[in-house]
Amino acid sequence: MALTSEIVLSKIKEFLGDDLFSSNESFGMLAVIVSSSRNYDLLEYLYKESSLEFTFLTDLTGAHYPDKKGSEFEVIYHLHSLVHNYRLRIKCGLPLENLDIRSMVALHSGANFMERETYDFYGIIFTGHPNLKRILNVDEMDYFPMRKEYPLEDQTRTDKEDKYFGR
Amino acid sequence: MGELKTNIKIVGEPEGIKGEGFFATSLSKVIALARANSIWPLPFATSCCGIEFMATMASNYDLARFGSEKLSFSPRQADLLMVMGTIAKKMGPVVKQTYIQMAEPRWVIAVGACASSGGIFDTYSVLQGIDKVVPVDVYVPGCPPRPEQILDGFMKIQDIVKNESIRRRSLPEYKELLNQYGIE
Repeated sequence: MALTSEIVLSKIKEFLGDDLFSSNESFGMLAVIVSSSRNYDLLEYLYKESSLEFTFLTDLTGAHYPDKKGSEFEVIYHLHSLVHNYRLRIKCGLPLENLDIRSMVALHSGANFMERETYDFYGIIFTGHPNLKRILNVDEMDYFPMRKEYPLEDQTRTDKEDKYFGR
Repeated sequence: MGELKTNIKIVGEPEGIKGEGFFATSLSKVIALARANSIWPLPFATSCCGIEFMATMASNYDLARFGSEKLSFSPRQADLLMVMGTIAKKMGPVVKQTYIQMAEPRWVIAVGACASSGGIFDTYSVLQGIDKVVPVDVYVPGCPPRPEQILDGFMKIQDIVKNESIRRRSLPEYKELLNQYGIE
């Protein structure tokens, strides 16, 4: 039997209860917004539940919404059930004051580098990660460049008219 | 057997006095001549400018005509560091290390917009021109530059090599220049 959004959503609702905040479907792909404290439980359940088998973590990334008070940051998981050929997105909001979220490395080894990247660019702390340090940027970098408060342009550029380039 | 070619240009002799069985000129001119026509480049190619450089090396444009058929992939034997392509900030120390490992006299050419100024990558992750980490002798503009432009830049380097005083590398001004980049 093919897996449908209704089945997946009802299973998640049954498992999480009130920790499932909302859900939507865009471009034919279900997205659920859940409590950041239940991220590991949920992915473990989706992994081990025999009727779902979301065993593949396609992507893990972050997002910054500076105007969304209380959940300025988001961690997004893309899962793929290879058995059922069904894809799912899971989003966990995080407040600026507390950017801790449980690491997924114990469940999906592939999360290791992706969590380091998310830390590198957004400063989200994945608790329990075996080696949480910068991965793409230089080690000396003292800020998280994908946060909206930092300008995209490099401040050391010398051959351009500064006022046109956010300097 | 093919016909003997008679139109092959070779490097001319420097200014000097010659007569039957002797030729007198200054040592610096001889050294300059030798240096300028046997430059061993180290291609530090990171992106599309590197592809243009491959065309420059190959038979159509033939960098070997300038005495540079021997590309040195070790900085120890290289005379000219050719940086071609975007240098990310993480790559900056590698460029600098490569430069430090080269023996004097050494020259640097920045090929393309990215190596010269950062190019279109005006962003947090990209070094805004390699002259932030090593001194540069010649800049070749273009995105990417044509092989002709790279050859032109190379010939500019040859001019610099030919006209450089052999004492330049031991002058205090030169030491000061290197110190600006934190190179001893």
